[in-house]
Amino acid sequence: MTPALALQGITCTFAAREDRSKRYTAIRDTTLVVAPGEFVSVVGPTGCGKSTLLNVAAGLLEPSSGSVTVNGEVLRGLNVHAGYLFQTEALMPWRNALDNVVAGLEFRGMARAEAHEKGRQWLKRVGLTGFGDRYPHQLSGGMRKRVSLAQTLILDPQILLMDEPFSALDIQTRQLMENELLELWSADRKSVVFITHDLEEAISLSDRVVVLSAGPATRPIGEFSIDLPRPRDVAEIRLTPHFIELHTEIWHRMKNEVLKGYAQQQQ
Amino acid sequence: MRSSSNEPDRRTPQKPNAARLRVYQLLLALAILAFWYAATSPTLLPPIYFDDPNKAAFFFGEPLKVVQRIWQWFASGEIYRHLWVTLIETLLAFLIGTVSGVAVGIWLALAPGASAILDPYIKAANAMPRVILAPIFFVWFGLGIASKVALGVTLVFFIVFFNVYQGVREVSPAVLASARMLGASRRQLLRYVYLPSAMSWVFASLHNSVGLAFVGAVVGEYLGSSEGVGYLIQQAEGVFDVNTVVAGIVVLTAFALALDWLVSMGERRLMIWQPRAGETERV
Repeated sequence: MTPALALQGITCTFAAREDRSKRYTAIRDTTLVVAPGEFVSVVGPTGCGKSTLLNVAAGLLEPSSGSVTVNGEVLRGLNVHAGYLFQTEALMPWRNALDNVVAGLEFRGMARAEAHEKGRQWLKRVGLTGFGDRYPHQLSGGMRKRVSLAQTLILDPQILLMDEPFSALDIQTRQLMENELLELWSADRKSVVFITHDLEEAISLSDRVVVLSAGPATRPIGEFSIDLPRPRDVAEIRLTPHFIELHTEIWHRMKNEVLKGYAQQQQ
Repeated sequence: MRSSSNEPDRRTPQKPNAARLRVYQLLLALAILAFWYAATSPTLLPPIYFDDPNKAAFFFGEPLKVVQRIWQWFASGEIYRHLWVTLIETLLAFLIGTVSGVAVGIWLALAPGASAILDPYIKAANAMPRVILAPIFFVWFGLGIASKVALGVTLVFFIVFFNVYQGVREVSPAVLASARMLGASRRQLLRYVYLPSAMSWVFASLHNSVGLAFVGAVVGEYLGSSEGVGYLIQQAEGVFDVNTVVAGIVVLTAFALALDWLVSMGERRLMIWQPRAGETERV
């Protein structure tokens, strides 16, 4: 089967702005292949270049070397098959929730009435019925994430790229959002690349967890298949023995890298 | 420290309530007017500083005559023509200055090459006291409305330009990347991301730019014209009629306050998406 997304031998090297001779290699020789309908999480210590990898997959950043293929075709420019959920606030503050949700449809030239109708349906699906006329600053962090999610999913992307989307939320809201994400995902099984530094989140959501080494020159150091049964409840599944086994196994592999990353940040 | 109480006094200094505040403000105005009246009246007090009892009134005007003059202006309808001219000049200067400031601001913010080349010229043009351009504008555009509008535009343009430039360059990278991933073309980015973001900075400077458009109009009228409130002031000054000069200043001030109020109203309607400090809402 043709993978939905394949990053082959990706290396990203940045030149320092002040001194062109100083180089920083964020990721080196990284390969990540995502099958259609697969939910893959990428975990690694902070500052290891996870977001860089996702930007490469989105086509926002061109790698120094390596190739990106989407459905078997080499990616040029932006990845039009992908939707991107950002870590930071990415809603347009001058548009209300409904107008934010339909922004992508508007860019594609859909008629306003039709787009709004669809937008309202999506607001309902993410539990924000009646909040369409609110501006982002009038919504809570969790609500804003829901709007972002609807904004991305309304375009029905085949691939969903998520960059620590829930990291700014409190733990209860976060688990709610994770469950909602799984529910939305199970409806039409998109390929998902989910970046996180939270191993529990990664295991409870994914089919597969990829562990990255500490930066610089990040590369994958382990891959784990998560054979937990679906549908899952992210809060409950964390208490099952198999989850704990998986967690112990992956954490064992990650621990040294986390310590390395921490030591680097202390310098 | 107050020793009578064990609790330290945490109350913030009390502000008088709204009604009382108004009364105080009114009393202050009355006190100033009364002092003005008493000090300039030729007959009320013996002259303190000037040897001639009429000199104080000559230099500082008399409040009653100022009021009389304003009353005459409005009763005869003479002032409306001049106010209208000043208003038109202000609005045109504001509109042209804002539109050109937005256009050039967006262009230079998105074209780093051009902005690098033009940088010293923009700095120089902004540093120049632009009121001295007035004589040139009189030569170019004559003594009618156009020269005042041109003067106002040079004042408004730079305020708007710098704000838009800043606004476009400070568009959140995440919002920009997100819009691109949602499929926005370059033109759509301009229209749906850069422009709204820049407009928020334009509105932030709206009070300033309307004020400067007004300054441009009045100064232009004062330096050479046949109509406008600035012209009235200039004429009165020519014959040492201080009362009329002061009356003109009062009318202009009231006019500027009205403009400012209109701007605030427009701002409140258009900037609904921006959070205000301490705003709470019932869900």
